[in-house]
Amino acid sequence: MLTFEYTRADSAAAAIDLVEREAEAKFLGGGTNLVDLMRETIERPRALVDVTGLSAAIEVQEDGGVLIGAAATNTALAEDRHIREHYPMLARAILAGASAQIRNMATVGGNLLQRTRCYYFYDDAAHCNKRRAGSGCDAVDGFNRIHAILGASEQCVATHPSDMCVALAALDAMVHIEGKDGTRQVPVADFHTLPGDTPQVETVLAPGELITAIALPANPATGQTYRKVRDRASYAFALVSVAASVRVEDGSIADVRIALGGVAHKPWRATKAEAALRGKAPSEDAFRAAARAELADARPLRDNGFKIGLAERTIVAVLQELTA
Amino acid sequence: MEFTINGSTRTFDVDIRTSLLDLLREHAGLPGTKKGCNQGACGACTVLVDGERINSCLALAVQYQGRAITTIEGVGTQDALADIQAAFVEHDGFQCGYCTPGQICSAIGMAAEAKRGLPSHVTQDLAADSVTLDDDELRERMSGNLCRCGAYNGIVAAVRQVFVEEVA
Repeated sequence: MLTFEYTRADSAAAAIDLVEREAEAKFLGGGTNLVDLMRETIERPRALVDVTGLSAAIEVQEDGGVLIGAAATNTALAEDRHIREHYPMLARAILAGASAQIRNMATVGGNLLQRTRCYYFYDDAAHCNKRRAGSGCDAVDGFNRIHAILGASEQCVATHPSDMCVALAALDAMVHIEGKDGTRQVPVADFHTLPGDTPQVETVLAPGELITAIALPANPATGQTYRKVRDRASYAFALVSVAASVRVEDGSIADVRIALGGVAHKPWRATKAEAALRGKAPSEDAFRAAARAELADARPLRDNGFKIGLAERTIVAVLQELTA
Repeated sequence: MEFTINGSTRTFDVDIRTSLLDLLREHAGLPGTKKGCNQGACGACTVLVDGERINSCLALAVQYQGRAITTIEGVGTQDALADIQAAFVEHDGFQCGYCTPGQICSAIGMAAEAKRGLPSHVTQDLAADSVTLDDDELRERMSGNLCRCGAYNGIVAAVRQVFVEEVA
């Protein structure tokens, strides 16, 4: 680990100012990913601005939505009674991720900004365009069982590891961002980027911008869940995960939200599957056709072709559960 | 850097990069907390901070200044074992013992979480006010602590004996 300056920020404005002033500065949340990457010298910040003292409030807004301070821990968000009752897919996604110890440390803001778990990204001796732009990608022709089937490029086939973000994408949550030039909001589904030719870029955040909160819209669907498929029953990253909600009215699907985890460089909102389902009567055939519409563009690598069938079956199973 | 460790206020002058784990083991003279993977995958380094369990290997000590840290040395002593420590002995909840301090600190934090109604991945009813700690719940809630000797059945038995009735 390279040495660094440490400062604890007492306001978002102070944190942004501190990161602006120091070259190669980074915001520090729970540290569960950043500290690990610093130890491996994959991350080399020269200054850390601790933002865990900023807003961690989880507050129901006048319009019925919820504003979640970015410093809220993963545990605090999953434990919140309003979240458990009205946004169960979010509570379930968080509880499916990491371990209790890590959820106690990790912040909501940091969860959005966690880096991929691609083996070659973590191995400094391997080629990785994300770690060193233009150096190549050892995952494309390497051990790529855990890698992306959707939206990948020849430069990068890494996946985003978060469970929480998959639920946030399905819920149409908004990321509240503050920078030196003011504030802005970005939908979670548009916050992370596809790798393309610049896999080192992972989000739309500009240098120095800080995530201050996540906003959940009011009136979420009542039937919703999160299902995670992984190599062991607990404490493992998703091979495939599905966050979904369905509202059936008069025998046809009035509203449906589906997002996939473990399949792409970002939480993957399954807009093609959603479009295929709207107005249809719920049935296994309709669910399967919708899943196939979404996965028609999937491209398998050497070891991860199983994810295409797994994603199809998981989508169908989740939609059946929600409409049973 | 100042901390309250096992009830005593302690001050240290250490490198800014020092993890809470290394601070405890190398500077506070408390080697009971173990360094397993040092990357947040095994749970051997689990300690309690203000009563909540965390992985001390992933914690920069500087971030936890002023907080109350409890390590295995603060749970019980050789002459006065805590109930959970005695239960691990009784049920053979270990073989080599390396993961045990983390298992025990984790179990204490787990019991507090269950008592206040925090659901888990295997909880059916997210809206329920209380948690019933059956063995599936115990295994899920303790999944952040690996035991390479495979003493899991003994660990579950020990944790069940001490904490299940207390929660229910």
